[in-house]
This record gives sequence, C-alpha cells and structure tokens, in this order.
Amino acid sequence: MKGGSVARLDNMSGDNGADGPRRSRQAPLLVAPGDDLGDSGEYEAGHGVLAINGRLRALKQGRMNNRGGTVSIEPRRTSYVPRPSDLVIGYIEGCTSNIWFVDIGAPFNAILPMSLGPSKAEFGGIRKVLDIGDAILCRVQEVEENHSSVVTMKGMGLRAIRAGTVEEIDPHLLGRLIGRGGNNLRQLKEETECRVVAGDNGRVWLDGDLDGIINARDRLNALLTEAKIEEFGGEV
Amino acid sequence: MGGYGDVQCIDENGIRLDGRTKDEVRPVSIETGVVPVADGSARIRWGLNDCIAAVYGPMEAHPRKIQRQDRAVLDVRYNMAPFSTTDRIRPGFNRRSREISKVTAEALESVVLTELYPRSKIRVEIEIICAEAGTRCAGITAASVALAHAGIPMTDMVVSVASGKVHDIVVCDLNKEEDNYGEADLPMGILPNTGELVFLQMDGDLSPDQFQEAWDYNMEAAKVIHEEMVRALKGGGE
Repeated sequence: MKGGSVARLDNMSGDNGADGPRRSRQAPLLVAPGDDLGDSGEYEAGHGVLAINGRLRALKQGRMNNRGGTVSIEPRRTSYVPRPSDLVIGYIEGCTSNIWFVDIGAPFNAILPMSLGPSKAEFGGIRKVLDIGDAILCRVQEVEENHSSVVTMKGMGLRAIRAGTVEEIDPHLLGRLIGRGGNNLRQLKEETECRVVAGDNGRVWLDGDLDGIINARDRLNALLTEAKIEEFGGEV
Repeated sequence: MGGYGDVQCIDENGIRLDGRTKDEVRPVSIETGVVPVADGSARIRWGLNDCIAAVYGPMEAHPRKIQRQDRAVLDVRYNMAPFSTTDRIRPGFNRRSREISKVTAEALESVVLTELYPRSKIRVEIEIICAEAGTRCAGITAASVALAHAGIPMTDMVVSVASGKVHDIVVCDLNKEEDNYGEADLPMGILPNTGELVFLQMDGDLSPDQFQEAWDYNMEAAKVIHEEMVRALKGGGE
C-alpha cells in the first residue's frame, strides 16, 4: 500500500495505540477494503476484519481500532442488522388482515402481528389502528436465521409516533450521540427541551415545540459532522 | 477492433496520439458520495471516460425467484447514456450492456461477502456519462469504490484496466482511436492486494509474448489506479 496513513499493526508505535485506545487528537488510521493489517498470529480479528492465510485483512472502509488484542474497524457507513430486544423506529409499509409489515431500516421488513400491535382491530379494520406510512416506536422481539424479524409494540413506552419528527443517522454513530452514561443525550434533551428517543436502527425521534425540534436537529447534524471529521481527519 | 485503417496511433518514438508512452495510464480521478441518496456512490474520470456508480442495499430481493437462501445476489446494471458517445445510443438494455452487467456482477461477487446477507439483493447501478474507451473497466472500478463506500464487506477491491495491441505494439490503457483501430484488447479485473485475477476478456489475437506484456502492463496500471481508489475512500468526499 502506498501513500496516505497506512494502518498496519507493525507500523504502529506504542504511543500510536497498538497497546490500547488511541488518543482522539491523533491522525486516524484509515483503512480501505483489502488493506493488509498485519499478522493474525498475535491479534484477533474483530468487526470488519477477516483473517486470510495468516494475515488480517480489512473488509470495510473505516477507522482501525486495536483494543485488548482485537483488531476491529469502525466503519464509515453501516446498514442496520436487527437483534432481539433492539428498540427501533419503523414505518408501516404494508399490511394484510392481521399483520403489518414494518420498514425498520434493515435489509428485510419486519412483521408486526396484530397480537403484538397497539390494539385489536376489527376484521378489515387494521388500517384504522396503524396505516401505511405511520411511524412507530417498537422493539425487535425475534430475529430468525434467514434475517426476517418480528417486532412488538407491547412494552413500556412503545407507541405510534403521532408528533415531532424522525431523523436518521448511521447506526454506528449512536454511541457518540448517547455519550458515556447517556450524558450527550441528556444534555441534548435538557438544552432543547425536546423528547429525544434514539432507536438502535439509527432513527431518532425528536418531539417538542418547533424551535426545540429545529435546535435539536441542528445539534444532531453538527454532532454527526463533527464525528465524521474526527474519524476521518481534519480539525474539529 | 476496426482493423489497421490509415490511422497512425503510435509514432516511431513510441508516443501515442494523446502524448502518452506505451506503458502510461490515462489520468484517473475518483470521488465518492456523488449520489447522496444512495447507500454508496463513486464517480470516476478516466481520460475522457466519465462514469458514476451507485449502490443500494442490501435489501430484500425481488422478485422472489432471484433470492438465494445462502447469500445475497448482486444486481448490476451497466448503462451508457444516449449522449455518452458521438453516435446516439438507443436508451435501454442491449446485448452489450447485458454482457457487461453480467461480467461486472461476476467480478464483484468474488470479493463481496455475499454470504452475510442471505436472501438479499445489492443493487449496483453503473451509468456511463461520457465514453472514450474502456468503459467496462471504468464501470467495474467505480462500482468497486461505490461498494466500499456503502460499507459492504469485501475482501478486496477490484481494479479493472485494459491493455491492447496497436500496429503490433502492445500498449497500456487504450484510448478511443487505439480501441477502434487496434488489433486486440485485454481487459482484466485485478485484486490489487493479492494480485489475483477475477475477470479477463480478450478481443482479437495476441501472441504469448504480447499477452504477457499486456498482462504486465495491466498489473502495473492496477497499482496506480488502486492508489487513487484508496485516496478517494480515505480522504474523499462525504
């Protein structure tokens, strides 16, 4: 590999993060798919890394991390893959007489059976309860081997979203939005006086008065821009 | 291949019509994020070629008959815009675009970890805005960057480049005149980190020595183009 900052374990000094988390001000160690990350003997392959013929190879574009002997890649872009108990925000995409199909941002639509919906509907009246295009706050109940999933609206706080707006961010940036111990999210709620619910699928529900929503939206965008700059070089 | 004709594509000093030596690649520049609504996108300008690739997915594969229970399918669509060449191209799929879509999908399937997304589809759209020569190579290269930009897991990126023969001289990265009036061309898809080959076509005849020479040119050119791909991904646009 020529040019640019090359992320290889054997190029990294101790100060550069080979033995622990990197300092945030250091130049990010960016990788592209196929980049050789070094020998697989000493390190374990984490997310976005594959050991091929004794060498670690990057599978994604992003920033390389090495924590506790596991080399992983914090990708620049991700698609959401559902896991049981994830809190997600979905949109109703279709329905039959007793099932709703919900777009949760994953490769496959989830299903919401009427038994797990917000209320019972009369035969033929399913769209009176949740109509196509409605946004809902729900939880992933089950994910099958073939990636199809079932969501539920039975649980505390799960509801149809009738007010506010839904913003989308990359799922891998949620940690940054929430912050350590939920600090960033709490601060955002307090300063904008909005209700902010971050779904694990990268959809964020903002609810409050109009000024608050606009303020929260701007802050969300600023946070994401900052995250991208920090991850991929440049001054924050 | 248009035969010899009267066009002199390379002079006695080995300088080609566009001023390149026989082992030189046309200028290449790549940028990412050119289609904001797509999950990943890239634009490649390679000589006078201009090509945009956009990636959508993984998503549920429709119609259901194209689903594979153990892996995702790559749905590649290569298309040349009607205004991309001097002769207007009739819009829509034709034999050539079907063939290129197929070979592109097969080249990319060898690097994408499709088994991570069973029953899904990854849609790759390649649009040629301006065509000089080697649009299939530009398309494969742009699609490869767009897939990486979309965060699709891949073991390597595919770099595609073509060398060929003009007036019995093997030259690297054919331009339009060389493609039209030359005697052979050899497009290849190369995995730059391992040097493996995932795609090869040959139009015309090359002797074993000429084939080796064209092969070597392609391998060297792939390194140059790969550097630009990596630069675009690491420091490119949004």
